Amino acid sequence: MLTRRIIPCLDVTDGRVVKGIRFAGLRDMGDPAALAAEYASQGADEIIILDISATTSLRATAADVVSRCRAALSIPLTVGGGVRSIDDASRLLDRGADRVCVNSAAVERPGLITELADRYGTQCVVVAADARRSSAFCWTILTRSGQLDTGLDAVRWARKAGELGAGEMLLTSWDRDGTRDGYDLELLRAVCGATRIPVVASGGAATVRHMKDAFDAGADAVLAASIFHEGVKSVGAIKQALSGFGVEVRL
Amino acid sequence: MRALESSGLGDAIRSRVSAGRPLLAICLGLQLLCEESEESPGVKGLGLLSTVVTRFPAHARTPQLGWNLVEPSRPEGLVGPGYAYFANSFKIDSAPPGWSPSWADHAGRFVAAIERGPVLACQFHPELSGAWGLRVLMAWARAAARGTEVTC
Repeated sequence: MLTRRIIPCLDVTDGRVVKGIRFAGLRDMGDPAALAAEYASQGADEIIILDISATTSLRATAADVVSRCRAALSIPLTVGGGVRSIDDASRLLDRGADRVCVNSAAVERPGLITELADRYGTQCVVVAADARRSSAFCWTILTRSGQLDTGLDAVRWARKAGELGAGEMLLTSWDRDGTRDGYDLELLRAVCGATRIPVVASGGAATVRHMKDAFDAGADAVLAASIFHEGVKSVGAIKQALSGFGVEVRL
Repeated sequence: MRALESSGLGDAIRSRVSAGRPLLAICLGLQLLCEESEESPGVKGLGLLSTVVTRFPAHARTPQLGWNLVEPSRPEGLVGPGYAYFANSFKIDSAPPGWSPSWADHAGRFVAAIERGPVLACQFHPELSGAWGLRVLMAWARAAARGTEVTC
């Protein structure tokens, strides 16, 4: 049986891993390649690097970060942040990314998803979506690092992304990101029920219980950052605990 | 397939496999060895494995992305038991006579890898399957080195 994945996420800018709440108050968390290798040795199933650089000059270091992480890893590496074209994706794949993440550009031009899938295969294309709750059971998609509310319904977007050729959705709850209140389970249930493609839960994880709840809600993988960066728990300890809860993980 | 056939690589692969010379095929590489695929109806594969590539059933999360348990059909093969990383929407369900399969399960049993001497075709990515994947690659490399001594 396919196991559930634990994915440490490295938010990177200017060649360093940083962490903040809703992109504010960034703190330095260390070297990307060293952290990626450490998490892989602890049993991480995959590593995601998101380049959150605000400017092109800071972004120039991202390709180098991908190369260094690839050299340090023998598990899958997904890279995103600022990918707006086939050329952007190719540069990251050439440097050793296994899959690329698209966010704002895919919302603004959904055909990009199909172009990437036709060129590299659906398994290579991850659509990242930042969803904010707008009413009781309704979420809308934010773009441009949360600055723009597109009004696009998150559940409809997930379904459409899958139809266009996305091979996975990285679903971040804007309301929960960085809060430690747990994943938005209602959002997860709604999206997982609407699409066939795998869904990665993101935003709000602080405990193993949060992860177990996300898997019960239908998530195929969970993404977390602070819980690992701050050394609260190792990836291995989390997987052991999840296994104890009856979640199938790779140990 | 068009690129493989027009460049002559298709025939090169066919003659290697027929002669039992070392070959490592990964992911789509395994599927290209087959007769045909639901992914590209009407296109002929290399025809080295007499089986057809099919899509995972509608109720399965597709693509299959992540780590799945691989169980070899015989213990002395190149692929040992363990977790492998997969990224595929299509697969084969049976092994032609003369080939040894390893199995995994995603909404039903499918072929995780298939081998015959130094010819190894993996549906999973050994290069992304951590220490276990490295052991698969080392086992194949050793078999390939032995095969080369015999055939050269």
